[in-house]
Amino acid sequence: MTATDASSFPTPRTDPGPAYVSRATLQPSPPPASTVGPWAWMRTHLFTGPVNIALTIVIALLLAWAIPPLLRFLVIDAIWTGQNREACIYTPDRTVVGACWAFVTDRAAYFTYGSYPMAERWRVNVFFALLAIGVVWLLNLKAPRRDIGGIYFFVVLPIVSYILLVGAPWLGLRTVETNLWGGILVTIVCSAVGIVVSLPLGIILALGRRSTMPAAKLFSVIFIEFVRGVPLITVLFMASVMLPLFVPYEFQPDKLLRALIGIALFAAAYMAEVVRAGLQALPRGQYEGAMAMGLSYWQMMGLVILPQALKITIPNIVNTYIGLFKDTTLVVIVGIFDFLKTIEAARIDPTWGAPTVSATGYVYAAVFYFICCYLMSSYARGVEARLARADKR
Amino acid sequence: MSTGQIEAASERPKVSPLYDPRVRSIAFQVILCLVIAFVVYEAAANAVENLRRQNIATGLGFWNNAAGFPISQSLIDYSEQYSTYGQAFWVGLLNTLLVAVIGIVLATMLGFTMGVARLSKNVLVAGVARWYVEIVRNLPLLLQLLFWYNAVLKALPDVRESAKLPFSIFLNNRGLYAPRPDPQPAFDFVWLALAIGVVVTVAFRYWARKRQEKTGQQAPVGWVTLAMIVGLPLVTYLALGRPLNFDIPQATRFNIGGGMVLQPEFLALLFGLTIYTGAFITEVVRAGILAVSHGQTEAAFALGLRPNQTTKLIIIPQAMRVIIPPLTSQYLNLTKNSSLAVFVGYPDLANVFTGTVLNQTGQAIEVVGITMLVYLTISLGTSFAMNIYNSRKALVER
Repeated sequence: MTATDASSFPTPRTDPGPAYVSRATLQPSPPPASTVGPWAWMRTHLFTGPVNIALTIVIALLLAWAIPPLLRFLVIDAIWTGQNREACIYTPDRTVVGACWAFVTDRAAYFTYGSYPMAERWRVNVFFALLAIGVVWLLNLKAPRRDIGGIYFFVVLPIVSYILLVGAPWLGLRTVETNLWGGILVTIVCSAVGIVVSLPLGIILALGRRSTMPAAKLFSVIFIEFVRGVPLITVLFMASVMLPLFVPYEFQPDKLLRALIGIALFAAAYMAEVVRAGLQALPRGQYEGAMAMGLSYWQMMGLVILPQALKITIPNIVNTYIGLFKDTTLVVIVGIFDFLKTIEAARIDPTWGAPTVSATGYVYAAVFYFICCYLMSSYARGVEARLARADKR
Repeated sequence: MSTGQIEAASERPKVSPLYDPRVRSIAFQVILCLVIAFVVYEAAANAVENLRRQNIATGLGFWNNAAGFPISQSLIDYSEQYSTYGQAFWVGLLNTLLVAVIGIVLATMLGFTMGVARLSKNVLVAGVARWYVEIVRNLPLLLQLLFWYNAVLKALPDVRESAKLPFSIFLNNRGLYAPRPDPQPAFDFVWLALAIGVVVTVAFRYWARKRQEKTGQQAPVGWVTLAMIVGLPLVTYLALGRPLNFDIPQATRFNIGGGMVLQPEFLALLFGLTIYTGAFITEVVRAGILAVSHGQTEAAFALGLRPNQTTKLIIIPQAMRVIIPPLTSQYLNLTKNSSLAVFVGYPDLANVFTGTVLNQTGQAIEVVGITMLVYLTISLGTSFAMNIYNSRKALVER
């Protein structure tokens, strides 16, 4: 006990009272030794009862069995430099081969840009930078002028990105066919298009589903339930093999565009349900209040309902995007080289045919997806905690 | 009081039809219908024109044509030469249902275990459960499937160096070889005993509940259930002289004969789906248990219930009400995700039908349409059943 602790107790009385009254205030005695300190912590958190003791021992043994070999593989025995498979194969003086990171560093550019022409790759970098600005602007709840940020993200960015990535001969940007795109670029493009299209479309569908107009409600319900009832693969198949049949013969959409349409429609249906949950969470008084003020339907939605509904839906919207981001891996099925497909392609390429190359490729992909998804879910959790604090007041 | 006054008050004010909400609403809906009708008509017209141009047949005539391609795993009779596309469809559908049902059972077991572990006071147990969820939920299912298939199952030793596990189970890069149960005719009586056991149990539980509601007396439901569902078939089985043989796989020098084989494609898909969905179920279970407020536990203790009675009678029934709706949607997700079989070569519906059959016939509209319809039926059927369940179990508020 320090002096500052003691000073918080009332000062002892000054007049000498009866002798049997204690003059000094007693300090609280310390907690029993068995409830504090690391030993007690271990008792309550690791060794409560026979079952827990057994579980602790089994798990500790499992971790001790699994982690050292994993570390050996990933770091100690790993090979960091090399130009081709020679670096990572077994040789008489190298009988243990760990992760082949040389493979990842050698093919990193391919994993990022696919076959996008070397000379034009700066355009992809500019696109990544512009996208990063938009994402930070929109997601940082304290950023200034987020309304302009919204216009930038949903209107300016798509147009600029299209010009930048596809090319515009009248601006001196060479046209780059989409079949050369690949890697992280395609993964990002697919998820970004999914995000940009699905949010507005999802809001319209959600409003349609809650509308009093039977026709609007019917079409929204049919679309949402249909898309949510089938796997993404069949939607991609539909976009890839049925869509070309439904448009005029002279006007065949290109392969990436077909996949993007499939993903955007799929994401929109899920987004619609997320937005609808937000709309339902608002008390009726908000609608009635807005109507009593004489606002029209669109004024009511735009000024009163949607701002509140979307705010409480942000965590769910982000969680939907995590799903969408993971689902973009399925575009392989229609022959598009997304990030995972570039890894699959590079892993079976004989130039890098070595025993641990496949595992290394998968670890690299896992790290990439994990970091992206973990950041998104941490953000969603942060916003959720912030909203919970705001609600408590 | 005259009714005329009320009528006058409720009469709508005269406004221009341009601003009348009802007129506007009808006009908007008419325009919407016209636009959608136009889009559908255009699409249909283009489709007819494109199909004619590419010489693709239409209609379901292909259903009875010979398929002429092999399928590596089939629950019903299927042969490359004699079977039709229709039979291939059923093979694919049954394979989808097989992996979905087994996956659902395993994922539920994994998810409930991990969900309880996630709330454990033991930091190691809770930590393992937490990192399982964090890692698995943040990686694409496809990456996990490819990992299990290419980096684990295909990397196992070949047949001659099979890993030998207990109970004559062999594991190698051609799959898992296990003893195949071979029931004798008398085994049918065991099934009969099981059926009787289930019927008796259901009836007994119903009677016990009625009696408890009336008199407060409890019946030994758990023991009766165990005796009827496990005991009765077991006694029948032993009384009939164990009418079940096992076809045990034998390792010869270059191959393994007999037994049954679980192919690596099936195992990879099953592992992937189970572990992925299990992580989502873990979170569902955790949320469900946390949703039961602590006051419920305290009230139960105050009434004198013991901890295990509290868990069984107070916490689980209330947690299940929260758990079951999202659990069903996880089951549906697992079923839909089983279409990722395409990527590891397991012959499920999506693989057989939108893969091979679509390639051979070229009839995109029919083939993709039928596949979607199957998944849609499963999904809508389940959500319909779920809505009925929900309306019965929902909290009845005053």
